[in-house]
Amino acid sequence: MSDRYEPVIGLEIHVQLNTATKMFCACENRYGAEPNTLTCPLCLGHPGVLPLINDGAVDRAIAIGLALNCEIAERCQFHRKNYFYPDSPKAYQITQYDEPICGEGHVDVDGSRVGIVRAHLEEDAAKLVHAGGSAGRIAGAEYSVVDFNRCGTPLVEIVTEPDLRSPEQAIAFLMLLRTTLRTIGVSDCDMEKGSLRCDANVSVRETGSDRLGTKTELKNMNSFKFLGEGMAAEIERQIGVLDGGGAVEQETLHYDPATRSLSSLRSKEEAHDYRYFPEPDLVPLAPSHRIERIRAELPELPAARMARFRDELGLPQQYATDLNQEARVADYFEQVTAAGADPKAAADWVLNQPGSVDTVPAASLAALTGLIAEGTITSTIAKQVYGLLEQDPGADPAVLVEREGLASIGGGGELEAMVDKVIAENPGLVEQFQGGKEGVLNALVGQIMRETKGRADARQVQQLFRDRIG
Amino acid sequence: MIETLGLTAERCIELLDAGEISCRELMAAYLERIEREDGDLHAFLRTRGERALAEAERFDSEGRSGLQGVPIALKDILCTRGEETTAGSRILEGHLPLYDAGVVTRLRAAGLVPLGKTNMDEFAMGSSTENSGFGPTHNPWDRERVPGGSSGGSAAAVAAGFAPLSLGTDTGGSIRQPAALCGVVGMKPTYGAVSRHGLIAFASSLDQVGPFALTVRDCALALAAIAGHDRCDSTSVPLPDPIAVPDREDLSGVTIGVPESLLAQGVEPGVRESFDQAMRLAEGLGASVHEVELPHAPYALPAYYLIAPAEASANLARFDGVRYGLRLEEAGDSIIEMYGRTRARGFGDEVKRRIMLGTYALSSGYYDAYYGSAQRVRTLIRRDFDSAFAGCDVIASPTSPTVAFRIGERADDPWAMYASDVLTVPVNLAGLPGISIPSGLAEGLPVGFQLVGPAFAENRILQVAHALEGAIAFDPTPPGMREAAR
Repeated sequence: MSDRYEPVIGLEIHVQLNTATKMFCACENRYGAEPNTLTCPLCLGHPGVLPLINDGAVDRAIAIGLALNCEIAERCQFHRKNYFYPDSPKAYQITQYDEPICGEGHVDVDGSRVGIVRAHLEEDAAKLVHAGGSAGRIAGAEYSVVDFNRCGTPLVEIVTEPDLRSPEQAIAFLMLLRTTLRTIGVSDCDMEKGSLRCDANVSVRETGSDRLGTKTELKNMNSFKFLGEGMAAEIERQIGVLDGGGAVEQETLHYDPATRSLSSLRSKEEAHDYRYFPEPDLVPLAPSHRIERIRAELPELPAARMARFRDELGLPQQYATDLNQEARVADYFEQVTAAGADPKAAADWVLNQPGSVDTVPAASLAALTGLIAEGTITSTIAKQVYGLLEQDPGADPAVLVEREGLASIGGGGELEAMVDKVIAENPGLVEQFQGGKEGVLNALVGQIMRETKGRADARQVQQLFRDRIG
Repeated sequence: MIETLGLTAERCIELLDAGEISCRELMAAYLERIEREDGDLHAFLRTRGERALAEAERFDSEGRSGLQGVPIALKDILCTRGEETTAGSRILEGHLPLYDAGVVTRLRAAGLVPLGKTNMDEFAMGSSTENSGFGPTHNPWDRERVPGGSSGGSAAAVAAGFAPLSLGTDTGGSIRQPAALCGVVGMKPTYGAVSRHGLIAFASSLDQVGPFALTVRDCALALAAIAGHDRCDSTSVPLPDPIAVPDREDLSGVTIGVPESLLAQGVEPGVRESFDQAMRLAEGLGASVHEVELPHAPYALPAYYLIAPAEASANLARFDGVRYGLRLEEAGDSIIEMYGRTRARGFGDEVKRRIMLGTYALSSGYYDAYYGSAQRVRTLIRRDFDSAFAGCDVIASPTSPTVAFRIGERADDPWAMYASDVLTVPVNLAGLPGISIPSGLAEGLPVGFQLVGPAFAENRILQVAHALEGAIAFDPTPPGMREAAR
């Protein structure tokens, strides 16, 4: 990408909430059931039905607002968004328009602040399945069927300011958002199941300009990888258009990861008039009284925890970030340190052995790091002990070391005697080393390591050789 | 067999309590009368026949009290589980709801037995019942005239002795105006007093269910059975006081306000005369009468005809042929073509007119000028009523500016038809309770007298209406039917 242009990205993220029931009816809110088994007259839009607000969804929306540092509205209102499409049985979606439940907020990602415009509550549409065509897409399909199980699932739509300046930054924001939403327990944020969906508004402008270029909207990617690729492709395309003297047109695009190509879904001229008006079947919400209870129930958020790992535990930023991709990993890490492990050593183990969180008790992992720290075992041997722990998670690492005879060799002059023996048996190598061939030292050390099956500390052995023949 | 013409619900209860008649006999008498007389009137779209008889009979075998075993007719806009509910529209012909409306559940809990579904203007859009997808209803007082609307079938049913009680819905006058034109009592409760769950929506912020009856006391009995909070309707609220059956005979200490400037135009002389006579009777009962101002009421009709169609345009969008009701499709149709074909044939002209009006009023660029302004007018009208009630207990006016008009007379002139609602619409916009009782005859046709109270003052207007009803002593029996009954 040339430095002449700067990408400007804003995101619209839809998050399905993990409530027991749907947004406005008592149907179970569950992914993966037989099609059209989780429905009722209400979510099928039968005549005469009236929506009822799911309190749990309101609480979760407020929790999201608090986690994103949003202002929570004192009064909010639902609106009807009118459109004809088979995924919308009422032919309108109940959503929020000019009075969303969460107003302005922000999230800090890798030192830069991303503004949140709003986060609002709405209902998901039914799922259309296009059959007989290619890849389940509507183009070329013979017919389409509707699964109303998803219809009425509670959604929160989060809209960011166009504060993101690269696809990488956008993905970093989304990863932090996902781990935050999972940590506060409002959604499983599984993109494959569609419980986290993201549209990206992309434009480019001349670097340094404060005007926004014409944006295009990239629709609904089902992985961060494809979203990142799609954004990069669209940025490249727009720069090409501008460099060629053309103008970017406002349109909605689809990115096909298989062909790495972008196709237009609709242009601005085809934009809907949704005829929003206040939903007369619902009275406005005044959620203020819930805020303090929900705030008190919020766990420590990933952003704060990351900062704490970095600033209080002295971990490098990358470790702090990586440990906080999943709350259970961060929890496990903290259990390991609480059991006495050095934070850096604990982080090494937890991040390098991603299975540890599910298999090895925190106390055992802490004990293992303790054995390394006190010199009882070498780090090479520690991996072996870890392997034994995986097979026997309840075992005490110290007992395993004792049983398998894995304690380091080093005390009582044992190692010195072995070094002297190797020197005596390899005069040729000693001569080469003394003649300036540094690499030969590794061969000498290697003999010790083989003989001790790794129970010697290689650096200590090196030093012993240097002391004698250096 | 007992004569049901002029039979009140209270009298039914007396007869049932005394064992002079069984629930089954009572139901059979009404069904028989409908069978005999409704061919000409077309008040009913369907009766429940054997099912109603069986349900009535259960009260005979299991014992009964109160309203148990008393028949009631339901406007066909109220969902009844497994029983056809069309809202007067061809687009819902054959539609079998999967659930009972909130009011149906309540009236069944009280033991009232539905005897059938009554005719109405399609989706409650109209003031004459001529807009029914299934043919018009005729006025029992004069077969050449309309019964009013949109709940014309329910009003005609009570006037013709087909049911002692019925339910209608009132969005801009759809209970009070047909009650007036058919010479019966009809009441629109405060918005939120009665559940809208299972009422097929026309204009959600205005629709309310309410009863028709021959007397104010019967009306109170029916209202008591259906009113109250329903958790299935977020806009319903608990009543501050239970609905009481009124017993007041005088009006001493009651102040009645009359919005004279609103009555200056369009009210027929015969209607005006009947109204003035009723007001003199009220004064005779001890009421004090003075003029009140509702300065924004003249804007009510245009505001109503923006708000109601706007809401209707969204409420009726669900009738698309995909999941229920009529579906018209030809080979090669796209889904949009199927929608178009279904809706073009399934909806009548008035419904289409209002969908177009409402769609336009909500359109980008017009919203503020139309829907937005109408909502501001609505707020002003609500304030007008608040100020007026600071100086009076109830507000009185004629219900309809005219008596029943001839079938076809206004069918081609929507604005003349809309003008029928000029005195009832402000009450819906303000969400207030209103009742219409007969005040007498003009040109041999019933005249309606409307009383409006502050929100949740149902008991107050029922008391005033009951006292006045006694003084007026109207005979609610249509003359033609009286002779037929003899």
